[in-house]
Amino acid sequence: MDDAVVHLRGVHKSFNVGLPNETEVLHGIDLLLRRGEFCAVMGPSGSGKSTLLNIVGLLDRPTSGTLSICGEETTALDDRALTRLRGHSIGFVFQHHCLMPAFTAQENVMMPLLGEAGFPNDAMATRAAQLLDSVGLTKWRDNLAGEMSGGQQQRVAVARALAMSPPLLLADEPTGNLDTKSADAVFELLRSVNREHGTAILFVTHNEALATRCDRIIKVVDGLLVDPGSVH
Amino acid sequence: MNPWLPFEWIVALRFLREGRVQTLFIVSGIAIGVAVIVFMSALLTGLQANFVHRVLTAQAHIQLLPPKEVARALGPPPGASPDTLEGAAVQAPLQRLKSIDQWQAVATEIRAMPEVLVVSPEATGSALVVRGDASRAITLIGVDPELYFRIVALPDDIVHGSTRLTNSDILVGTELASDLGLSVGDKLRVSSANGGANTLTVAGIFDLGNKGANQRTTYVALHTAQSLLGLTGGVSSIDVTIKDIYAAETVARRITAATGVEADSWITTNAQFFSAVQAQTTANTTIRFFVGLSVAFGIASVLVVSVVQKSREIGILRAMGVSRGQVLRVFLLQGGLLGLAGSIGGSAIGMLALVLWQRYARNPDGTPLFALAIEPGLVIAALLLATLTGLVAAFAPALRAARLDPVVAIRG
Repeated sequence: MDDAVVHLRGVHKSFNVGLPNETEVLHGIDLLLRRGEFCAVMGPSGSGKSTLLNIVGLLDRPTSGTLSICGEETTALDDRALTRLRGHSIGFVFQHHCLMPAFTAQENVMMPLLGEAGFPNDAMATRAAQLLDSVGLTKWRDNLAGEMSGGQQQRVAVARALAMSPPLLLADEPTGNLDTKSADAVFELLRSVNREHGTAILFVTHNEALATRCDRIIKVVDGLLVDPGSVH
Repeated sequence: MNPWLPFEWIVALRFLREGRVQTLFIVSGIAIGVAVIVFMSALLTGLQANFVHRVLTAQAHIQLLPPKEVARALGPPPGASPDTLEGAAVQAPLQRLKSIDQWQAVATEIRAMPEVLVVSPEATGSALVVRGDASRAITLIGVDPELYFRIVALPDDIVHGSTRLTNSDILVGTELASDLGLSVGDKLRVSSANGGANTLTVAGIFDLGNKGANQRTTYVALHTAQSLLGLTGGVSSIDVTIKDIYAAETVARRITAATGVEADSWITTNAQFFSAVQAQTTANTTIRFFVGLSVAFGIASVLVVSVVQKSREIGILRAMGVSRGQVLRVFLLQGGLLGLAGSIGGSAIGMLALVLWQRYARNPDGTPLFALAIEPGLVIAALLLATLTGLVAAFAPALRAARLDPVVAIRG
C-alpha cells in the first residue's frame, strides 16, 4: 500500500463527548484512497460527508480509529505537526471559494507558499503565475479576489490548493454555488490536475452527473460508507 | 508584495488596509488620546518646573540655622526632694540673633560632600533705614555675592544699577526705593537694634516680583551685615544648593547628622507647595492611566470585531498550513501598528497644540506664561507606550484568532 494517500481504519467521530447530548456522526469508517484516484463522495445532507472530509483534511480529529496521510500515522501528532503535514500534503477547495478578498488572485495563490517560507520571493510569484495560467486566469492575476466572478474565484481556489503540489486535494462541493457551465469547467480543471499530476482527489458533491465522471463513488449514509467503492 | 516584509506583516497590513474606515477611526481615537497625554504631560512638567524654578531661584535648597534657645528649670538643690520642681513655671526664652557655632568648619565639612554644589554663609537681621524724615523697617541680608548669587538669581531681578556689593553698598527693592525716593548712587542710613549704624550707597534696585519683599528686603556685603548686626565673624545661617533638588530632605538629614546643626530642606519649608506638586503629578498620572486604558479598550474592541469579520479567512489560512503562532502574530502586529500610527499622529497633534499654546497663552506684557520644554523623550515614550498598549490590547483578540477552530471558522 505504498501508494496509499489516505487510509482510514475504523474511524468514529462523536461530538459533545461525555455530555448528555453526545452524538456519533461517523460509525467506523474504513477507506483507502490511492495516488491518482479521483473519488466522489456522495450522500444526503447531514450524513457526515463534511465531517469525514474535515478528518481526512486534518482539520478535525477522529474520536477513535486511525488515519494515515501519505503513509504518516496522524492520530498521535500534535497540532504543530498536523499543521505542517496539512500544509505540505493537502490542498483544499471549498464550496464558498474562501479567498482573501484584500489580496489579488496571484497573492491568494502565493499564500500557502508565503506562510511556509515566511518571506515572498520571485519563485513564488512565478509559481503562482504558472498556476493561474493553468486555470486560465493569466489576465486576472492582478485583480483583487473580491472583484472576480464566482467561477473565476473557484478556479483561483483550485490554483491555490495546488500551490504546494499536494498529493491529496479535498474538494467540498466546489461546484455547489456555480452555474452548470462554470461547474463543468471547475470539474474538468480538477480532472486535468488529477491526470497530469496524479493528485488524489476526494470530491464531495450532490451532482450525480459529475460524480459518475469520477473514478469511484463512495456513499455516506448516517455516518457509514454504504457503498465504499463503485468503480467506473 | 514587498519582499522585505514577512508573511505576518503582509497579512496584518492588508487586513488594516481592507478595513480602512475602521482603521482610520481607531487610529484617530488613539491619536486624540496620545495628543492629550503629550500635551498635558508637557504642560504640567513645564508648570512644575516653572514653580520649582521660581521657588529655588529665590531660596537655597537647604538652610542651616543655629539651634533655638531653650529654657530649662534648674535641678533641685542637693538633698532636696524632687517634688521641689513640681510648681516651677518655665518662661519661653527670647530668640536672640546669634551665630552658628564654628560655622567655618561646618561650611568646609558641607562643601566636601559630593552632593553639594554651593555653600553660602549669610548674616540676616532686622534694621531700620532712614532718609530725611522717612524711615522704614527692613530685613538686612548680608551675603558673599560670589557665592550667594549662585544660589539666588538676584542679578536677573536688578532693574537699575548693578549687583556690586562692596562694604559700603546696599541693594534695595523697588518699593523701598519708591517709598524713600531712592535711586542708584543715593546714600542711605542703616541702623540696627543693637546700636550698629552705617551710611551705605544704593548700588542697585531689584524687583523680586512681590510687593512686600520689594519693600523689606535689602542686601549688603557679609562684613557690613556682621558689623551692623553685632555678629562679628559670625553668620546667622548657611545656605546650601545641591545637585538633585528632590534629594534635599535626605541630604539635610545627613548634614544634621554630620555637623549637629539643624538643616531645613526646601521640601520642609515649602511643604504645602510640595504637596501641591505631588497632587498635580498624581492627578496627571491618573488621567494618563485612564486615557491609556480607553485607548487599549478601543484597540481591543476593534480587533475583536476584526477577528469575527476575518474568521473565515483565518480558518482558510489555518487550513493552508499557517500555524497558530503566525495567526497570533498577525493580530498582535495589527494592535502594535494601530498603537504606533495613532501615537505618531497623536504626538504631532500634541506638539502642534503645545506650539499654539506657547504662541497664544501669554502674560499681559506679552511674555510667555512659562517656558515649555518640548522634550523628544516625551514623544519617544508616548510612541513606545502606545505601541506596547496596542500589543497588550491585541493579545486577547489575537489569542482568540489563533485558537479559532478552522472547521468552525470556515463554516462561518
